[in-house]
Amino acid sequence: MSIFVDDDTRVVVQGITGGEGKFHTQQMMEYGTNVVAGAVPGKGGQEVEGVPVYDTVAEAVEEEDANASVVFVPPAFAGDAIFEALDTDLDLVVAITEGVPTQDMAKVNKRLSEVDTRLIGPNCPGIITPGEAKLGILPGNIFEEGNVGLVSRSGTLTYQVVSNLTERGIGQTTAIGIGGDPIIGTSFVDALEAFENDPDTHAVVMCGEIGGEDEEQAAKFIAENMDTPVAGFIAGRTAPPGKRMGHAGAIVSGSGTGTAESKISALNDAGVPVGDTPEEVADHIEDFL
Amino acid sequence: MKLHEYQAKEIFAEAGIPVPESRLASSVEEVMEAVEDIGYPAAIKAQVHVGGRGKAGGIKIAMDEDEARQAAEDILGMDLKGYTVEKVLVEAGVDFENELYVGITMDRSEGKPVAMVSTEGGVNIEEVAEETPEAIAREHIDPAFGLHPYQARKIVFEAGIPRDVAFDVASFLSTLYDLYEANDASDIEINPVMITSDRDVVAADAVMNIDDDALFRHEDLAAMEEDSYEDELEAKAGEYGFDYVRLSGNVGIIGNGAGLVMTTLDLVDYFGGSPANFLDIGGGAKAERVANALDMVFSDENVDSVVFNIFGGITRGDEVAKGINEALEQFDEIPKPVVVRLAGTNAEEGMEILNTELVQVEGTLENAVQRAVENAQEVSQ
Repeated sequence: MSIFVDDDTRVVVQGITGGEGKFHTQQMMEYGTNVVAGAVPGKGGQEVEGVPVYDTVAEAVEEEDANASVVFVPPAFAGDAIFEALDTDLDLVVAITEGVPTQDMAKVNKRLSEVDTRLIGPNCPGIITPGEAKLGILPGNIFEEGNVGLVSRSGTLTYQVVSNLTERGIGQTTAIGIGGDPIIGTSFVDALEAFENDPDTHAVVMCGEIGGEDEEQAAKFIAENMDTPVAGFIAGRTAPPGKRMGHAGAIVSGSGTGTAESKISALNDAGVPVGDTPEEVADHIEDFL
Repeated sequence: MKLHEYQAKEIFAEAGIPVPESRLASSVEEVMEAVEDIGYPAAIKAQVHVGGRGKAGGIKIAMDEDEARQAAEDILGMDLKGYTVEKVLVEAGVDFENELYVGITMDRSEGKPVAMVSTEGGVNIEEVAEETPEAIAREHIDPAFGLHPYQARKIVFEAGIPRDVAFDVASFLSTLYDLYEANDASDIEINPVMITSDRDVVAADAVMNIDDDALFRHEDLAAMEEDSYEDELEAKAGEYGFDYVRLSGNVGIIGNGAGLVMTTLDLVDYFGGSPANFLDIGGGAKAERVANALDMVFSDENVDSVVFNIFGGITRGDEVAKGINEALEQFDEIPKPVVVRLAGTNAEEGMEILNTELVQVEGTLENAVQRAVENAQEVSQ
């Protein structure tokens, strides 16, 4: 089994005619994902990689029965594209776009509370259920089918940890990059809850980083609600306070909250071993299985 | 992007928030002309992007001409936490009875803006927030509707703002939220708001930070950005458009994706080295950008070795390899040893292209970092 995406997921790609949209549509299809439509305003009637393009997401849903979307729309229009997707009753929207203004995301966040759609991202690499489907830009060849779930705030760190697992023959149920922005759709807690409820997920890796309090909340959730063992990794132990380290969220405030130390100790207190290196994370997972 | 106090005050004043009379000055003569117009007492305030200016000696009150000249001479050109003061705001002193705090920021855990008001203004509000959080009244704002007037009233009454000025402060707050939203601010703060002996409310300071991701729709604000880099390297990174932070070590680090670059830093430390910088080339980087990144790191004289760590997703290994070759082939001799680790999208193609006479190649993250740390140790000896 898996969480959020599988063989039955039918994908509409928003922004399919752009460079990244086109390249990754091809990559997703090569991986076996059911990409059934594209949606680009004004480009309806065209075809990309053999996929029909519609002017609106609503048409793509009606004509091709899409139930998920992947957003490759530039930041200036990404908020609007997510709103459009949320208005069509899709099960899942995955927003890859980096640099969506925070106040746009605050409005999206409000809309999310009114609909049943799950949003992953923005500014994320997407989600993959190995052997079934990938929605996003994750390099498919490093993943393998198996029974470990993975959730991460960082895309490239996801790849790193997955490759450490795969090299040891440890496969994954589903891997999700939730994104490093201050306001995101799916949180650590949402993903951990779904992994806990998935009988095929026997262990979970959670990769966090400095900034915010999401990891601390996740630690609390793990302590109170999870039987599935979790191993952690926290990036940014050496980051100086007050400096923004790339991700909008990756900044340590002066007052000591959001530091790697506070996150690691919260996780340790919840019974989660935290690796010093990605290799050590894989060691912990190996011990669990 | 941070606005200076004088810039934020111009925006506040235009929106109808009262601010003290002021002039901007960049020389002692200009300060003296300004105080002649404004009179005494006058505040001379350094315009630099650092917190705690007052405590650090960047704000002085002058009661007469001698004090004004002395303050101007002291503050202009002074080094304030790494920044040189080039401009000061000369401002009329306000005769006040109370100091308040008002601010609006994004509460990321709620995904909503939050408005905050406190009667404990004029001091370190972060300390108040930590030690007596109940002294700050807070109200979350639904971004779809904005700050309702009733919420602004509720929060000022909750904060215990004196009744005779409560409605003025509430209207302040509404104006601030309008500015916050219209300008895509990430923070907007006034600390302190002063209540004068005539019971007027005046913004004695102004903080306004803009969401960098939203600057594309605020050309007017983007044009107000003034260079405020701590050193030439950070200025160069700004020109190249990199996420870059200079650190104190000697192992230069280049990678893609904030989480992986931070992890690379942490591993350099773990293996006994010391990172010289954080440099994220971002997603989907092309060859030229990769070459610029190497130029950046070689420009730092503290760097003794470089580790290039790429795990391609949207970034393609062949593009990265091309960039590394282009950057290194210009040199007769490579300035510092470079270790490259390529994985992910098109990594194999990249490895075929990569000129291995110019770089060392490692297959795993741990090995690459260890080798870079060893290189740095050898070079620095």
